[in-house]
Amino acid sequence: MQLVLEKRTERSNTIALVSPLIAIGLTIATMTILFAILGKNPLLALHAYFIAPLTDGYSLQEIAVKATPLVMIAIGLALCYLANAWNIGAEGQFLFGAVAGSWIAVKTQGTDAGAWVLPAMLVLAAAAGALYALIPAICKVKFGASEILISLMLVYVADLLLDYLVRGPWRDPNGFNFPTTAEFDSVATVPLLIEGGRLHLGSIIALLAVAAAAILLGRTIKGFEIRVVGAAPRAARFGGFNANQLIILTFAVSGALAGLAGIIEVAGPVGHLQPGISPGYGFTAIIVAFLGRLNPIGILIAGLFLALTFIGGEQAQIAMKIPLDVTKVFQGMLLFFVLACDSLILYRFKLVFPNRQVARGAG
Amino acid sequence: MLDPTPNGLHSGESPLLRTVGLTKRYGDFLANDSIDIDIWPNEIHALLGENGAGKSTLVKAIYGLIQPSAGEIHWQGERIVLSGPAEARSRGIGMVFQHFSLFDNLTVAENVALGLDGKESFKDMSARLELVSKTYGLPLDPRREVWQLSVGERQRIEIVRALMQDPKFLILDEPTAVLTPQEADQLFVVLERLKAEGRAILYISHKLEEVKRLCDTATILRGGQKVQTCNPRLETAASLARMMVGGEIREVKSAAGRHTTIPRLVVNDLTLAPDEAHGVRLEHISFELKGGEILGIAGVAGNGQDELFAALSGERLSKDPGTVVIEGIAAGHLSITKRRKLGAAFVPEERLGHGTAPRMKLSENALLTGHAASGMVNHGFIDTAATLKTVDKATETFDVRKAKRDPEAASLSGGNLQKFIVGREILRNPAVLVVSQPTWGVDAGAAAVIRQALLDLAASGAAVLVTSQDLDELAEIADRIAVMFHGRLSAPLTASEATREKLGLLMGGSSLEPKEAAHAVGA
Repeated sequence: MQLVLEKRTERSNTIALVSPLIAIGLTIATMTILFAILGKNPLLALHAYFIAPLTDGYSLQEIAVKATPLVMIAIGLALCYLANAWNIGAEGQFLFGAVAGSWIAVKTQGTDAGAWVLPAMLVLAAAAGALYALIPAICKVKFGASEILISLMLVYVADLLLDYLVRGPWRDPNGFNFPTTAEFDSVATVPLLIEGGRLHLGSIIALLAVAAAAILLGRTIKGFEIRVVGAAPRAARFGGFNANQLIILTFAVSGALAGLAGIIEVAGPVGHLQPGISPGYGFTAIIVAFLGRLNPIGILIAGLFLALTFIGGEQAQIAMKIPLDVTKVFQGMLLFFVLACDSLILYRFKLVFPNRQVARGAG
Repeated sequence: MLDPTPNGLHSGESPLLRTVGLTKRYGDFLANDSIDIDIWPNEIHALLGENGAGKSTLVKAIYGLIQPSAGEIHWQGERIVLSGPAEARSRGIGMVFQHFSLFDNLTVAENVALGLDGKESFKDMSARLELVSKTYGLPLDPRREVWQLSVGERQRIEIVRALMQDPKFLILDEPTAVLTPQEADQLFVVLERLKAEGRAILYISHKLEEVKRLCDTATILRGGQKVQTCNPRLETAASLARMMVGGEIREVKSAAGRHTTIPRLVVNDLTLAPDEAHGVRLEHISFELKGGEILGIAGVAGNGQDELFAALSGERLSKDPGTVVIEGIAAGHLSITKRRKLGAAFVPEERLGHGTAPRMKLSENALLTGHAASGMVNHGFIDTAATLKTVDKATETFDVRKAKRDPEAASLSGGNLQKFIVGREILRNPAVLVVSQPTWGVDAGAAAVIRQALLDLAASGAAVLVTSQDLDELAEIADRIAVMFHGRLSAPLTASEATREKLGLLMGGSSLEPKEAAHAVGA
């Protein structure tokens, strides 16, 4: 008797929906073992991770705040991945957008610049993110270079650029030599939705991005183009769709969304530009995109779930002294299990009794 | 002892190979249902059946590529369980596949060496290769690289490679599918000789005339089951076909009095360099196709047919707009979408992955080619109702059988998917239809529906270009037939002039007698 994977005749939509849940279940099971090995009570640790953040209003707002950049970036990445364009450098586009948008904030600091500042920052950040993402896209289309490598390398370039600016030209003169710009003026700050709370306008923008992507992919010919180019490149060419144009387009859109997320993070929850504005949003968003089945609604749910692990990780660190790195282990494991479970969409397990044994029984 | 064979030649002996109740199950699908077959020495045994009848599954089990789900294989009277093709080869079972497994950039000898166990030196092996190829009249130069060779020569490599292991039993999977009629004749001489040496041959085919001519015994499979084992020489082609199909095949009828009208597709001196290594360069291709007419393009695969299709469809663009003229408009530089808007429609050879996106629904695959000119898109938004309507209409008009209203393309059988693809294009009422291998790997019933649809489309005034390797198919539907060889297209012959012999000569690269050629051009 042996266990084999057998190809399904049609993809299973049930499994497509259930697979992320199986993955989450497997991840939690593995985490339980990991907590036990670390000498922590697994039940208490799981409670700190997944239940405690959901029980108070502050944490709930914080989850939404963390989910905002994750969802925005993941929406853009999903468009890329559906079109078979592998943008791995959203983190870099996030940082570059944050830097570009901050430029306006820094330059208008202390002047009586009006309400145009924030919109200008958002637009510039989106444009900068898009341009930054176009570098790997154009290298891919023109020279056949690997967009994966180039987009990934550019993360470090953006990271170092930001580092240079806040330590050099843009450093706050009254900042006790800390590598940070001055606190942004109020016209350069993303407004809060609830007075005195944490929730800000960025979350609304993220929801709009989800809605727009859902309509694009589900209802429009452009969305169909994106899906066909990824699913069957030769058929797409036969359909008259240009894969190279789509690489450029999806990279630009995802770069713009990442750049926008970057400036919203800086001009919102953080309030100034400094190193470490992202705990790896651009990379975690890759997990969000896949956990959400590259589907906009799925990404919204997955973004909230991953945000929960960030908040839960902080709480577990405070309450139980569990290292924050365990959160990254958790996220990595989750991606691994999601990809593994996805094979069940096209394949199913089957118990097989090979001929030899049957024959032996008969003979 | 009861004699299992119809002609009674083998009484008293035991067969070389025997399968008893051989069964192979894939999920719920029975690819082979309890098949008994006896193969005797000194015999060419035909395995006949339509695509999907279970021929490939059966030979894969015999060659050790797959394990049967149930049943037994006996080799020289002894029950065996093959661990894999290596064991099959060491026992004396050889196989020549329909799709060659050769490395283009290696020499003939290197390719053969890769398939052997490597115990002899390369030099000895090369010498033996030359000896075997000479002995059997399969001339090969061991030092040439494979990409320089014709399809027929590549097949020789595969056959010689199998013969170098001195098999007692050789399986050939549709060997003549890629050969010209003359090359096929040469192959038959070789096979007769192998038989005379006491070897057994299992010959997979669906070409009935060939089987009647060559084979001593025929086993017919249908739907995974054995229908009958008979002597093909005592049967007619029609009776063999009935056993294969399980009923009469619908005859294709050409509408009486088809009129040719204005030229709708004109190709002027089209020359195009290949876009990939070892691709075929198209050289000075010219023809004119009028409305109401079907032009067939024959030729051995790999002589530029794929490249011509890409150039006509616009998947590859030409710098000179005038090389392809659709409906009187120079279109050589236009994209496939713009060509569709001019009234052209295309059906490529590969159904899955080229003609359709396999994992997308039929309605989405209707949109794939219909978005250009069928009112399925409004201001960038997809009209799902319109795409579904196309699916329903194609289903109804062309008898597409499927499990639900809008399944994934990959879940349809080859024949039904092909009917859908052809239907999808014909429902757009094209002025020009370019079809590549319309009935390749399609069951006889679906093939008849498709051929009829092409004839009806031409009768309604469209120009139809059909590329096919199946000469019988072209003879059935084409008004004129041209032959592609090494990227060049011969002058078209009218259907009555296009005998198998003439087409075969052209397919092999010879030109016809000057007088005949002149006549053909004039026609």
